[in-house]
Amino acid sequence: MRPRSLVPLIYILFLLLPIYWLVAMSFKTTNEILGGFSLFPQKWTLANYRAIFTDPTWYWGYINSILYVSINTLISLAAALPAAYAFSRYRFLGDKHLFFWLLTNRMAPAAVFALPFFQLYSAVGLFDTHLAVALAHCLFNIPLAVWILEGFMSGVPKELDETAYVDGYSFPRFFATIFLPTIKAGVGVAAFFCFMFSWVELLLAKTLTAVEAKPIAATMTRTASSAGYELGLLAAAGVLTIIPGAIVIYFVRNYIAKGFALGRV
Amino acid sequence: MKTENQRAWFFVLPVLVLVAFNALVPLMTVVNYSVQETFGNNQFFWAGLRWFEEILRSERFHAALGRQLLFTVTILIIEIPLGVAIALAMPRRGFWVPVCLVLMALPLLIPWNVVGAMWNIFTLPDIGLLGWTLNNVLGIDYNMTQSPVAAWITVIVMDVWHWTSLVVLLAYAGLISIPEAYYQAAKIDGASNWSVFRYIQLPKMKRVLTIAILLRFMDSFNIYTEPFTLTGGGPGNSTTLLSIDLVKIALGQFDLGPAAAMSLIYFAITLAVSWLFYTLMTRDEP
Amino acid sequence: MAEIRLDRLRHSYLANPAGEADYALKEINLTWQDGGAFALLGPSGCGKTTLLNIISGLVTPSDGQVLFDGQDVTPLPPDRRNIAQVFQFPVIYDTMTVHDNLAFPLRNRGVAPDRVETRITEIARMLELEDQLGTRAANLTPDAKQKISMGRGLVRDDVNVIMFDEPLTVIDPELKWKLRSKLKELHQQIAVTMIYVTHDQTEALTFADQVVVMQDGVIVQMGTPVELFDRPQHTFVGHFIGSPGMNLLPCEVSDGGATFHGQPVALEGPIIRNGGDTQIGIRPEHVGIGPHGIPATVRKVADVGRHIVVEADAAGTSVNAIIDRDPPERGAQVHLAFDPARTRVYADGWIATEEADP
Repeated sequence: MRPRSLVPLIYILFLLLPIYWLVAMSFKTTNEILGGFSLFPQKWTLANYRAIFTDPTWYWGYINSILYVSINTLISLAAALPAAYAFSRYRFLGDKHLFFWLLTNRMAPAAVFALPFFQLYSAVGLFDTHLAVALAHCLFNIPLAVWILEGFMSGVPKELDETAYVDGYSFPRFFATIFLPTIKAGVGVAAFFCFMFSWVELLLAKTLTAVEAKPIAATMTRTASSAGYELGLLAAAGVLTIIPGAIVIYFVRNYIAKGFALGRV
Repeated sequence: MKTENQRAWFFVLPVLVLVAFNALVPLMTVVNYSVQETFGNNQFFWAGLRWFEEILRSERFHAALGRQLLFTVTILIIEIPLGVAIALAMPRRGFWVPVCLVLMALPLLIPWNVVGAMWNIFTLPDIGLLGWTLNNVLGIDYNMTQSPVAAWITVIVMDVWHWTSLVVLLAYAGLISIPEAYYQAAKIDGASNWSVFRYIQLPKMKRVLTIAILLRFMDSFNIYTEPFTLTGGGPGNSTTLLSIDLVKIALGQFDLGPAAAMSLIYFAITLAVSWLFYTLMTRDEP
Repeated sequence: MAEIRLDRLRHSYLANPAGEADYALKEINLTWQDGGAFALLGPSGCGKTTLLNIISGLVTPSDGQVLFDGQDVTPLPPDRRNIAQVFQFPVIYDTMTVHDNLAFPLRNRGVAPDRVETRITEIARMLELEDQLGTRAANLTPDAKQKISMGRGLVRDDVNVIMFDEPLTVIDPELKWKLRSKLKELHQQIAVTMIYVTHDQTEALTFADQVVVMQDGVIVQMGTPVELFDRPQHTFVGHFIGSPGMNLLPCEVSDGGATFHGQPVALEGPIIRNGGDTQIGIRPEHVGIGPHGIPATVRKVADVGRHIVVEADAAGTSVNAIIDRDPPERGAQVHLAFDPARTRVYADGWIATEEADP
């Protein structure tokens, strides 16, 4: 093995250490955790996981999160696809500045914008619904989806569109039956990033929900603070939040790097 | 060549509506707060630019801004070169590439408060793997809740842990898009490894690195959840970054006016820096 | 500058090649004289780029040696072979000016600054790049970029050979012709050995003094453009070079002569090799339409300007003839007359008739 390949190896080790510790904690009993330091769980227990899967306030947190993340991914893609097509195929007034404007929406300090968001979604009667979180997350996910999809679409020669029109395809039919399958890798990558950023965001999700649509991450904070220091339970809940992401990332593993490379600045 | 077509705006319309709904209405609300004063009971009084003047003169803001700048600059200085170095050391093809990428992307997919909680557990001096090792094996006196220096280092290491992978992925994407002929030509031209990096790899990574720096700058400037979960801004105010301070003012003291004014000021700073950087980096492009 | 000799060269991309089929290059022996202009011609995937990369040192051959002026350079890396290579897609250093691009290979070798400047001025004049020396290379057109890649090879006065790997692929058709004659002109000026890899016969035949035709990792013929055209050693050369390519008619061989569907065909000389599969090969340029010869039906007549291409059907085999005037009607019954001095028999693809005394 060349010494150079040690660099990624050491880095990955560094990444995995805290995750290992979280996993190890989740299998320890509360007594063991508070009793002192131990590198491996001395007495393996599934009690923490059992607690989560038998308590509706816990497992509904997961269902809520997955629901709004899925809705957000669908909305983001549906809106971003035609926009990305327009960016990749046409020049129009203001197109150059639009991307930067879209990007600026990441810059707003979410911490203070949370309150206006709360007021806005209360005013339109969406507070504490999955749709509210899904719509709010569009703020930063749509620009990202547009960026990634535009990159992939620009890689498809324009002749494909023209040939289809000559062959008598209508635009919607061309888009659905020819164009989309061509860029399905791009759609996958965009969906992955929408999923990712919606899944990890907490501040807005917490602000816009109370009971009905409360995300798992928010459930975690509350339980951890109210029920004292239940580290094992906290760790188990944390481990469970990593799993959906890990599954999704496994499916797009071959496209991640490509998705970035084709994006434009 | 793209065709000029103003009807393309119809394609962009759904995006505009959705983003504008989420961006403009809250922004207007914040602007509205920033020029008013409230004593609760939903009563508001015109305050003009008073909050802006007060904030710009307040030492608390200066201190928070200073800490924020220090934090952002530090993580950029660490994460960007480190990410590039790791990307350079990665194999370009083969079985290990997807494995590496999946493992590296893992931190990016963990909810932000879980990241904070995870690092909290990891660094506990008595039962955390890192905390325990530092104190009991390496003999370093480490307690994040008491030493501001330790808290700072921990927050920064956590951010490096959390986000360097994003830089790696972007830089790696730039690297694999370089055709093999460039390396061959450089070999024939007798270029050193440094020249290959300086004149081939770095220029080809410029676009993706621009994105990486922009994203890291913007996201680190707004960072809230992770450090708050980890340190709560302490000990003292030592890790109270801008967003944490903002939330203290807005929700802790319910001083909506000053908080709104402050957030607009710092939105403006972010915007100005990003725009400047974006313009500088893309100025040579056709 | 150097003479290049390839000695029993073989290459496989597999770690443990099992049989002949695993080799991308099958035993190659050839010598290129110092200062010549050579072309490697063949279809995509025939191994010509592999061969080029072996000469430049980017690929190490499985067996055999590469010799520059009799000296074995096989183990040397590309930068120590003193070669230059121009790639299919222009490779330029985007962030540098044209001037710095040209200076790069010299500076890397520690050439004195004033010498660098002299060389750049010289080469820029030759390539007509003087006005663009100060511009950033990234903003240039593909043909200018390709000129820079060439220039990076030319500035070095120690180069043994400059190699071109399909360098005109991305160039517009009208500029292709210009750049090609520029190349020819450069070769005459500086007389450095040049090897030009292409799948385009026009490029190869106009550029090179000597053309090597490759197919499936084997050199099928090496010769001047005239030799390749006049007397193809292999049916592949016959049909790959020429437009349309050489006609091939299945034939029977008996008593040193050949017959096509029972009709004897006069050849350049006696048949000296036998093989399972025998064919008569004759170029369309040497097929005439007259009162005698092989009976055929005209299927297509195409006036391509300078001459007329007649496609006829002779007992199920398609035969092209190139004539100057008086084309027959479509569907007409004609007789095809072959010029005996240019009519040959190929056995299993390789030429089987003895060359007539010149």
